[in-house]
Amino acid sequence: MDRLASFLAFVLIDGIAFGMVLFVISVGLSVTMGLMRFANLAHGAFAAIGGAVAVTLMSSAGVPFLLALFFAFAASALLGLVLEPILYAPLYGGDELDQVLMTIGLIFVVIASLNFIFGSTPLPMKLPEWLSASVDIGIRVVPAYRLFLIAVGAVLTVLLWLTLDRTEFGARIRAAVENPLMAQAVGIDTRRLFAVTFTLGCGLAGLGGALGAQMLPIDPVYPFRYLVTFLIVVSIAGFGNIKGTLWVALMLGVIETAGRYVLPGIAAFLTYLVMIGLLLWRPNGLFSKAR
Amino acid sequence: MNDTRQIIEQQAREGTRWRAIEALPWLLFVAYYFVFETRLALGNSVLVMVLFTLSLDLVLGYAGIATLGHALFFGLGAYTAGIVIVAGWPEPVSGLLLAAMVAALFAVLTGSLLLHLQGNTLLMLTLAFLVLAYEVANKWTGLTGGDDGLQGVAAAPLLGLFPFDLRGQTRYWYALVLLFALFLLARAIATSQFGLALKGIRENAGRMRAMGVPVRRHLVVIYAIAGAMAGAAGAVSAHSTGFVGLDTLAIALSANALVMLVLGGWGRLYGAIVGATVYVVLHHFASNWNPFHWMFLVGAALILVVRFGKGGLLGLADRLRERLARRKDAPR
Repeated sequence: MDRLASFLAFVLIDGIAFGMVLFVISVGLSVTMGLMRFANLAHGAFAAIGGAVAVTLMSSAGVPFLLALFFAFAASALLGLVLEPILYAPLYGGDELDQVLMTIGLIFVVIASLNFIFGSTPLPMKLPEWLSASVDIGIRVVPAYRLFLIAVGAVLTVLLWLTLDRTEFGARIRAAVENPLMAQAVGIDTRRLFAVTFTLGCGLAGLGGALGAQMLPIDPVYPFRYLVTFLIVVSIAGFGNIKGTLWVALMLGVIETAGRYVLPGIAAFLTYLVMIGLLLWRPNGLFSKAR
Repeated sequence: MNDTRQIIEQQAREGTRWRAIEALPWLLFVAYYFVFETRLALGNSVLVMVLFTLSLDLVLGYAGIATLGHALFFGLGAYTAGIVIVAGWPEPVSGLLLAAMVAALFAVLTGSLLLHLQGNTLLMLTLAFLVLAYEVANKWTGLTGGDDGLQGVAAAPLLGLFPFDLRGQTRYWYALVLLFALFLLARAIATSQFGLALKGIRENAGRMRAMGVPVRRHLVVIYAIAGAMAGAAGAVSAHSTGFVGLDTLAIALSANALVMLVLGGWGRLYGAIVGATVYVVLHHFASNWNPFHWMFLVGAALILVVRFGKGGLLGLADRLRERLARRKDAPR
């Protein structure tokens, strides 16, 4: 009984920590695909860049972990801010095939550049001492890093929720997701709103990439390897549904972690199968009302 | 009303008429055999990718189905062809037919599940079916060889006469004859009433539905035909190389075919020929580069084509020709 409780605690804590990382990375993608209706396959590239920046700053410049996290956010946000008007904006409202092609091209360029700058081997994330310790939570001993991830995820969730639910900026975003034309008609500058949310989303992806560098190791092909994972989260949640993204990310995190130990052979297969079933059942997302 | 009908019929007639320039790629493919006798393996992989890209053009260029999962049918064809040989049935033509049928069957199954959907959800689902198949092939090692791939796919001599030799004569002609036959089929489809209806669906599915066109059925039919063609391409690849690997089911294969199609120009069949040929040949010459440099080049080219180069290489040729014609017509 104790062993079962200990195992469950492990799966929950590991899974929720993983889910939090997925959420932080995916939330920006969800907004891009929901708000701009943009098929953005290159979102993982921003996560990889954030991760690479953080790991490199820590290992070669001795930058402390928390500051490196901030730089990961800043680097990816800055890149998003620069690329949005050049590459993304001209394709808003256009053909999704063009969007797919452009973002595949962007993935290729980022993969090649990451390889050029950082080399082709995974970049090892060296955690600070206070995070490599273990904490006894009663039922079992767990790595402090996992608890830190859960805490950071929770804080970010609350911040996001406050921004979206309690500020005028959040109200504008919600209005634009709900009905972009009507939002424009009542005087919301959707163009600027897109730019700001895209930048923030890229920044969060960079932060998530850095936070999760130990679970999703940073190497050049990162944007392709985790492409499907991030897309699963946002499409099952329903594009643009932020609360849904949180739940689906946590669910996927726990299920994947449990699957890795209970059914190591077919866990990924089952995940994809369930995902296809969910999408066919609810094409507009798990939490949508209409079929 | 009658006028519209006449115009459509005239357009369809003109579409079926052959122009002289259409012989050019086929003459070049035949000439290649005699000029580059030592490079027939490269020629074979060009022809295989042309066939695969051509099938993608039917789905994406004509019917407007945005898919990231077209490699599913290539991989299914390749694995089917490989598995029947390893299981003890080395006759290639029956293997090819079986591979095409299996791919078509899966195209009908998945197509009827997802072709009523659109946009990002459709993209996601085509991708999801591909990664699902990849996962199955990866884990079902008894059948597929898993990560190591399916080794020892030794097809019997073609038609009992032509062994798959090391110099690659058999595989070159095998791929070329099949490509030409399936190109004729694709061309017939593209210029038929059915092909026109597909273009109509691509431009405005709602209006076609209102006109009484069975949109979903049309889409499933073209999905199945293109699936069979892609499966045939996979089978030729398996027979030619004697090997089937997980890369036949990889997202990268779908992405590369998209790149080739867009590079050549989609929705005109010859774009697939030009794009795939240029891509595979350039890639061959860049093969002693660092692969990441190639990737950078392809990525940058893709971004530029989307932003500035509508219509790909053939679109560019069209614009050049128009400009030249205008200069000639201009009064002196």
